[in-house]
Amino acid sequence: MSKMIMSKPMALNGDEAITEAWKQINPDVVASYPITPQTIIVEKFSEFVHDGLVETEFIAAESEHSAMSACIGAAAAGGRAMTATASQGFALMWEMLFIASSMRLPIVMAVANRALSGPINIHCDHSDSMGGRDSGWIQLYSENVQEAYDNVFQAVRIGEDKRVRLPVMVCLDGFTTSHGVERVEIFDDSIRNFVGEYHIDHSLLDVDNPVTYGAMNLQNYYFEQKRQQIEAMNNSRPVIKEVGKAFEEISGRKYDFLEAYNMDNAEVALVVIGSTAGTVKALLDEEKDSRLGLLKMRTFRPFPAEELIQHLRGCKAVAILDRAGSYGGVGGPVYSEVRSALYDETEKPHIVSYIYGLGGRDTTKKMIKSVYTDLDSIAKSKDTPTPIRYLGVRGD
Amino acid sequence: MTRLVRLKEIAGSEELFTSGHRLCTGCAEATIVRQILHAAENPVVVANATGCLEVASTIYPYSAWKVPWIHSAFENAAATMSGVESAYNALKRKGKIDRKIDFIAFAGDGGTYDIGLQSLSGALERGHRMLYVCLDNEAYMNTGIQRSSATPLGAWTTTTPVGEKIKGKSEYKKDLTDIIVAHGVPYVAQASPSHFMDLMNKVQKALRVEGPSFLNIFAPCPRGWRSEAEISIQLSRIAVETNYWPLFEIVNGTWKINLKPRQKPIEEYLKPQKRFSHLFKPENKWMLEDIQHTVDKRWEKLLKKIDNQ
Repeated sequence: MSKMIMSKPMALNGDEAITEAWKQINPDVVASYPITPQTIIVEKFSEFVHDGLVETEFIAAESEHSAMSACIGAAAAGGRAMTATASQGFALMWEMLFIASSMRLPIVMAVANRALSGPINIHCDHSDSMGGRDSGWIQLYSENVQEAYDNVFQAVRIGEDKRVRLPVMVCLDGFTTSHGVERVEIFDDSIRNFVGEYHIDHSLLDVDNPVTYGAMNLQNYYFEQKRQQIEAMNNSRPVIKEVGKAFEEISGRKYDFLEAYNMDNAEVALVVIGSTAGTVKALLDEEKDSRLGLLKMRTFRPFPAEELIQHLRGCKAVAILDRAGSYGGVGGPVYSEVRSALYDETEKPHIVSYIYGLGGRDTTKKMIKSVYTDLDSIAKSKDTPTPIRYLGVRGD
Repeated sequence: MTRLVRLKEIAGSEELFTSGHRLCTGCAEATIVRQILHAAENPVVVANATGCLEVASTIYPYSAWKVPWIHSAFENAAATMSGVESAYNALKRKGKIDRKIDFIAFAGDGGTYDIGLQSLSGALERGHRMLYVCLDNEAYMNTGIQRSSATPLGAWTTTTPVGEKIKGKSEYKKDLTDIIVAHGVPYVAQASPSHFMDLMNKVQKALRVEGPSFLNIFAPCPRGWRSEAEISIQLSRIAVETNYWPLFEIVNGTWKINLKPRQKPIEEYLKPQKRFSHLFKPENKWMLEDIQHTVDKRWEKLLKKIDNQ
């Protein structure tokens, strides 16, 4: 019997779709602060609260730092807690991100990816969430509105799984996805059964069995706590796969660490995160060239090293597109890690880094095509290519 | 008239902040926390800002707390507790919990007057039902006695040293209690561990209000004040008796002084504390006079508030 959940198409932008998912989940606590381009989420959710469509306690926090702090308190008290942020707000709550994950609290946060100041800019790049890549949160990136919506439900299941118990970010590209209206399949409310009830083993509100959250750990215990946290992140790998499969059963849409597009016979490939994958797909659909492939990363944390290796095996040249720089580092963060993952392979493809789209700089099919052209010549050349490159910036 | 603390009953109640914590000998914080937990009538959940109380009471795998307790960071005890209280409200509404639980946040003056002021202000404005307790020992004691905005004029700290040119702190202590009152919350008070019945009565009044309440409690610190450990409670008493730390409360906007002492000169309070010893040199006499003047001015202001309401 089909487990599919009924859905109906709606025209929503990414922020609205996230909020629709929140409404259907009906979390216990949402604590949030407005910041472009996430603002629609707080506005829309406030409407749901004021119209009595959710039972959620909404905390209109006075800062993102307090919003995340409140989520931590709420989750430790046994409440399902959610928030949303971007850019500077992400930076302001940075301290608390690490504490949320170390307390193993499955908070779900939408991140409408936006460039970090300075100079101030409101448009998309990934410097905010990439900056928080080692905060101990699982990171799911969305290519479009449908994925942003779908990822919220999966984030709850993944984070709350007893094997994991970690907070999860659902990232969507600022403006491109957060404000771009698309056709999206919205489930009926039985989707709530897919996420189920949140149950915490050690609640602050269990006054008969008092627990201490956030004790000081010194040289004798800190390391073990951190080791367990790393293990929890590793444990999320099978859970992400299982939840992806379960979600496919109710929706017909596939979710995994990566999405391979035209990769079966690809000789040159791009590795991309977020909405730019859509641009690449549009180009590949036009080109109809089996030598050109795309590997879209959905999870950056945990980093799907093995899956990447499997897909990139056989490629001659690979370009990693990073929408965040790393000052003084070796290319962008995605490049560094993909390159490192390939180190033990005997037959390695040439691998180059392209930093692109910072501060919302448009990335066109023409630009993407130029990367494939570069890769073609790199694949044919015997020389080591220039490893760090920039796409669409003046003076380069 | 609602019945308040009965010492006989309280004396027999369980210690919820237990021995084995590592606060310094003579630290008033442990005494105050015990007084508060004894006074609480319902089960409590505690949120603790980073600071002496936090580091000294929960060194993993030990905890001195027999109540649910959470510490997340320095500047956010109020915000963290906002989340706990909101989850409680949500779960209660959904029928998942039915007991009355009270919420108490503890922070020092650094975590309240300075870095946590925004988080506290936000929580007060939003109206969360919690008692926020500031344990005011007038400096960042946990990091080694650095000045805060609660440090009084003239006091030595490691960042306001008594130098050749500048003698201790050049600025006045921030009037935090007034700032809290300006939020219009239902219950605000100042208390001192020396007047423990007053303190515990205030805890019960605070926990009975629907909404936020705030207690600013004077917490002598022998380590930072360079005073003898055995006189901490006595010092908190002299602070009240010199009008340096008046005991008063504001109930739904109405001010009340709980004790009008026969005022002692400020020297009696300053003298036993080596952080003020330089003030007793003849060339610094003006600072002593300034401190006395400031204390008197603040007391007059307090009296006027009572008269004018």
